[in-house]
Amino acid sequence: MSGAYGYFPGCSLKGAGVAYEESLLALFRLLGLPLAELEDWNCCGATSYMSIDERSAILLSSRNLLLAHKAGYRDVVAPCSACYLVLRKAQDYMERYPRIGKEVHAALGDGDLKVLNAIRVRHPLEVLYTDVGPGRIRQSLVRQWHGGRVACYYGCQMVRPYAEADRAHDPMRMDELLRAAGVPTVDYSLKTKCCGGSLTGTTHEVGVRLNYALLREAARKGADAIATVCPLCQYNLDAYQREIRRASHEPFDMPILYFSQILGWALGADTGALGLRRAISGRKTVQQWFSERRVEKEAYA
Amino acid sequence: MPERIVRIGVYTCHCGSNIAATVDVKAVAEFAATLPNVVLSRDYKYMCSDPGQDLIRQDIRSHALNRIVVASCSPHLHEHTFRTALKVGGLNPFYFHMVNIREQASWVHENRVQATRKAKDLVRAAVRRVAFHEPLKRGRVAIHPDVLVLGGGIAGIHAALTLANAGKHVYLVEKEPTIGGHMAKFDKTFPTLDCAACILTPKMSAVRSHPNITLWTYSEVVKVDGYVGNYKVKVLRHPRYIDEDLCAGCLDCLEACVYKQAKVPDAFNLGLSKRRPIYIPFPQAVPQVPVIDPETCIQFKSGKCKTTCVDACGERHAINLHAEPQAHEIEVGTVILATGFQTFDAARVPYYGYGRYGNVYTALEVERLVNASGPTAGQVVMRDGRTPQTVGIVHCVGSRDENTHRWCSRVCCMYSLKLAHLIKEHTGAEVFDFYIDIRTPGKGFEEFYQKLLNERVHFVRGRVAEVTDWVLDPSEEGRLVIRVEDTLAGFVRRIPVDMVVLATGLEPRADAPEIRRLFNISCAGEGFFLERHPKLAPVNTFTDGVFLAGCCQSPKDIPDTVAQAGAAAAEALALIDAGYIETEPNTAHVEESLCCGCKTCMSMCPYHAVSFLPEIYKSRVNEVLCKGCGTCVAACPSGAMRQNLFEDDEIFAEIEGILTNA
Repeated sequence: MSGAYGYFPGCSLKGAGVAYEESLLALFRLLGLPLAELEDWNCCGATSYMSIDERSAILLSSRNLLLAHKAGYRDVVAPCSACYLVLRKAQDYMERYPRIGKEVHAALGDGDLKVLNAIRVRHPLEVLYTDVGPGRIRQSLVRQWHGGRVACYYGCQMVRPYAEADRAHDPMRMDELLRAAGVPTVDYSLKTKCCGGSLTGTTHEVGVRLNYALLREAARKGADAIATVCPLCQYNLDAYQREIRRASHEPFDMPILYFSQILGWALGADTGALGLRRAISGRKTVQQWFSERRVEKEAYA
Repeated sequence: MPERIVRIGVYTCHCGSNIAATVDVKAVAEFAATLPNVVLSRDYKYMCSDPGQDLIRQDIRSHALNRIVVASCSPHLHEHTFRTALKVGGLNPFYFHMVNIREQASWVHENRVQATRKAKDLVRAAVRRVAFHEPLKRGRVAIHPDVLVLGGGIAGIHAALTLANAGKHVYLVEKEPTIGGHMAKFDKTFPTLDCAACILTPKMSAVRSHPNITLWTYSEVVKVDGYVGNYKVKVLRHPRYIDEDLCAGCLDCLEACVYKQAKVPDAFNLGLSKRRPIYIPFPQAVPQVPVIDPETCIQFKSGKCKTTCVDACGERHAINLHAEPQAHEIEVGTVILATGFQTFDAARVPYYGYGRYGNVYTALEVERLVNASGPTAGQVVMRDGRTPQTVGIVHCVGSRDENTHRWCSRVCCMYSLKLAHLIKEHTGAEVFDFYIDIRTPGKGFEEFYQKLLNERVHFVRGRVAEVTDWVLDPSEEGRLVIRVEDTLAGFVRRIPVDMVVLATGLEPRADAPEIRRLFNISCAGEGFFLERHPKLAPVNTFTDGVFLAGCCQSPKDIPDTVAQAGAAAAEALALIDAGYIETEPNTAHVEESLCCGCKTCMSMCPYHAVSFLPEIYKSRVNEVLCKGCGTCVAACPSGAMRQNLFEDDEIFAEIEGILTNA
């Protein structure tokens, strides 16, 4: 199966973030980039383990790397920022701390660590930017954007501590790709701030307050929607909006989209295949924006 | 010729208790007495003391000793002392070997038995080796009295004036069109608040008019050959297109330029103002001669300018648009490097918003804003035209930071305090200083800090997390918000301000590696030039005759820079006035009958000391340049390269001595 990208969905893309999976698969199919799901993949170790027991998290992730290696993939695409980070961290720790490397080796009973570290763990945003690029996106446009302005929100995990998918403090690749698709984006100062992660479930008030700041600033900067690269960011901003609206008395009803939904739509994917109907907030806006409207071919000739 | 009958004296030192506490000195001395060729072995409390040295001198005579071994501390400290004792006692000073049983035995071991055994092994090795020593002679190198000072900031200016006042001829070479360096850009200096220009410009004029100083601005050193006392330096003088000898400094040409509006960002004002293609960096520039920038001058770009500047110059004919670069070859005996620093690029830390938000400034930009001869004539007006009501000064930008530079830049706390004072004085604004630690270790510095506290500047202790425009409260609308953990109050604060000043740190210049290659000097990990010893040779380098002054060596303030420049000048003067230096004889030399001319040695030599003589197809070592590192000796495939004090006999005897464990 070499040649294709190994695809590690993680739990989110099969659950709350299924719209991300649907739109990402559709988008990659349109661009002729095959995403092949790893067989028998397991939890990446992120939310449940990383903060309590790093070792277990790394062991879990290293098994996924081993699966990818055995299946012959050079690249593993992990769309969820948490998965992306843990997979990358597992490699980094194996390399830096021989003790962890030994434990991984013992646990897997197999697996040359060098081979595991040679696999390129990639975020789909970076794949689109590097392997496709804004230029090809611009040329491949099928639909003309008639929706509103978008705040690109990168979250914390995709660019920190490994600034490989984009610049750590001022990432711009989602902005560039969306602009290439004719989508106006706003200068969003909170683009790498925390969405609260799983705090919305544990220390609820703190998590919700963080999301309030994100929504408020996006609105202040003139954005009509927020685009995300991570299922947890998307979920927090989307699902708690009603609660935030009630508590703040501010009339938020903002679509929280995946960048892949916007790009997939612009490149002509079947509107029904992008998971758009799964939106919770800003449903009316979503319906309006993603209606059929073909690019006038002459205008782009 | 070595003495045929070897008679060795061994002296084992207690060094008070430094050695004696861990090594059984008496046992070592008794052991040494049993070794072959040893006719005398003593132990003594302090061998380096006068009575200790006297022992050696007397024993040489009374016991007819002809080789001496001293087992004590590092040869770095006292090898010279003991060699001198040999010389006074009438022996060649190189009939000597020193054994380090302090740093290499007593100080690094705890087990007395094993430390003593190690000391004995080391002494045995020395005794075996010293038997093979040959008498050597130190060479002498004459010192050319002229000096090159590279860099015309306050360090270079002060060093050049000191040397020139002592009657030496100095070439002062500066890259920019004027001397003055960073100090010329400052408004006031801390902690006295005296005007930087008022104290600097008299020195600049003195340089210009001093008969012993040849000033070459807009010039670069492109090649350096030779060695201490005899450097040959090639200096390239870039054309400024205005002849320094003919120009009277009337500046009529500037007014006459076809550019009625200045359009080019002015580097001296850090881009805060514009200049014409023909310009003078600042009113008190030395030399007072304009420069034409061929990148922006219409005549250079298209050849279709009316060249009104040439007309304005008229009869003087000082403007020559066809001037070419000029190369000068000079000979100097010593060099002072005073090449300075550059400020940290604030755009490297995007979370502080420099380049993104117009009202975020670097400290050097604010120096220009508060300066009466700056772009706003001393008015603190922001890029959006407003005068700030609240100003936040962020310390340690590009200093004390794992992600950028780990060192403390030493001057930022004080210049931040100074700017806080000046901004308050100019605008009456409320000023916040965000600091990690306030560092004021200088004469009058802490008192200045106290003064600022009394002026009601707010000091917030904490590294700023970010400078942002996101708004949480309506009072923040249209302002910059500084987010910081106030580590004294114990909570995270958001402080809205109108203007942010980033106290950027000092870093090595981008061209520092080039300078290092030219003068064959080293740098420390962070890129500043490396001094020979951090405490005892702070202005010397590992290249003899090349000295350091100012911020090229490490960040420092003006008082320290001037002090160091004076020290560098004094070191150069000491060499010049001695007239010559003695060289160490532990150099490499080529046994020509064995040399096959493969040139392996040449590529290995880090000091460019090996040259090749094509007419006889052999390598030759310049003994003045050779530092005795031995790299070429080890590399030579035919064994032709040999080194004094490291002959094969000597090294093998020493190894056998170490390994023959009795």
